[in-house]
Amino acid sequence: MDEGLKSELQKQGVFTTTLEGIYNWGRQNSVWPLQFGLACCAIEMIAASMARYDLSRFGAEVFRPSPRQADLMIVAGTVTKKMAPQVVRLYNQMAEPKYVIAMGACAISGGPFKQGYNVLKGIDRYLPVDVHIPGCPPRPEALLHAFMTLQKKIADQELTGANRPRHLNPEAPSEFPVPQFGAHDLVPTHNPAVWKAPALTR
Amino acid sequence: METLEQIKSRIETAVPGAKVEIIANDAPSAQRSLLVDCEHAVSVANFLRADAELKLDYNSNVTGVDWPAAELTEKIKVKKLVDGVEKEVEEVKKTQRPAYLEAVYHLYSMEKKHGPVILRLRTEDRGEKNHLPSLTPVWRGCEFQEREAFDLFGIVFDGHPDLRRILMWDGFKDFPMRKDYVEPDDYEYEPTPHDDVLEKAKKHQALAKPV
Repeated sequence: MDEGLKSELQKQGVFTTTLEGIYNWGRQNSVWPLQFGLACCAIEMIAASMARYDLSRFGAEVFRPSPRQADLMIVAGTVTKKMAPQVVRLYNQMAEPKYVIAMGACAISGGPFKQGYNVLKGIDRYLPVDVHIPGCPPRPEALLHAFMTLQKKIADQELTGANRPRHLNPEAPSEFPVPQFGAHDLVPTHNPAVWKAPALTR
Repeated sequence: METLEQIKSRIETAVPGAKVEIIANDAPSAQRSLLVDCEHAVSVANFLRADAELKLDYNSNVTGVDWPAAELTEKIKVKKLVDGVEKEVEEVKKTQRPAYLEAVYHLYSMEKKHGPVILRLRTEDRGEKNHLPSLTPVWRGCEFQEREAFDLFGIVFDGHPDLRRILMWDGFKDFPMRKDYVEPDDYEYEPTPHDDVLEKAKKHQALAKPV
């Protein structure tokens, strides 16, 4: 609809919208996160949900202890290789539409433990991450910013066409393979469908 | 608290046949420790815990140490006849150190408020003979820490009630804290590589296809 006509109608007290707009508006203001934390970033996530930073202003105060009722996975903290299969399994158990925020240096890249033997070098090796937050740990404001970024992303989703979101595309995968414990490392070391090693260009 | 020499001689009288050796420490702390033979380790531990003077009732820390085989060089001064005159000459003495694994226990007394007394146990080698007696029956707090030493160093503690891996998963084959551990090559771009990481980065750069 033409923006000028829309604002003219608004002046006359007639409000118009699209189905897409109202659908996304409803979804973006009611994103329920999964209640789990892996390390120190979880403390900041808890702080963000409490009175001072108040995540409930964005409609995300309902932390669900069950993946079946959650829309958003906040990977808050170091993902060890021993923990990675469980994180992927929790993601698979969530119902579509579902989103992932990777919070903190460890969750996005392995952080200070990147060169270690026991820490996954970023959860984006196995899961499609929507928003990455750097920081060690990120402040609650950073989580709020990530959350607003996610809301913007949801608001901009088109419901039809080639760019429609995954949950409206029956061919797109909703579950991702859970890595297995190998003799020396996780098998496979990453999911090629969601992540590939960055190429070195010099 | 008694000196380490006193403790050593009292152990030797209380536990007949026990071989106890005082290990020197070159570090600034100069904290010396007692090396106990594996056969008598449990009875020595029981003695240290029960003894009225020491009452070492608290085990604060168990850790592993990996000692690969190495050639040790030591400079010693020897008196020698040089051209008919006796002179002091420096000679380099080389000794072969066999490979072994070590478990180190830090013992304190809650009742007497003293410590630490440090115990060391050595395995025969790093391969098949990597067994040590478990001190978990003496100090219950050793349980998880001995499991950690088993997990990361591959020291097998005989007599441990529940010896499983604790940090890595059950099917894991390596011992990550050993010096010859090779970590899986899941290298990713590093902006400021240094030391080992620099070597790895160079290797991967050579492998990367030119764009």
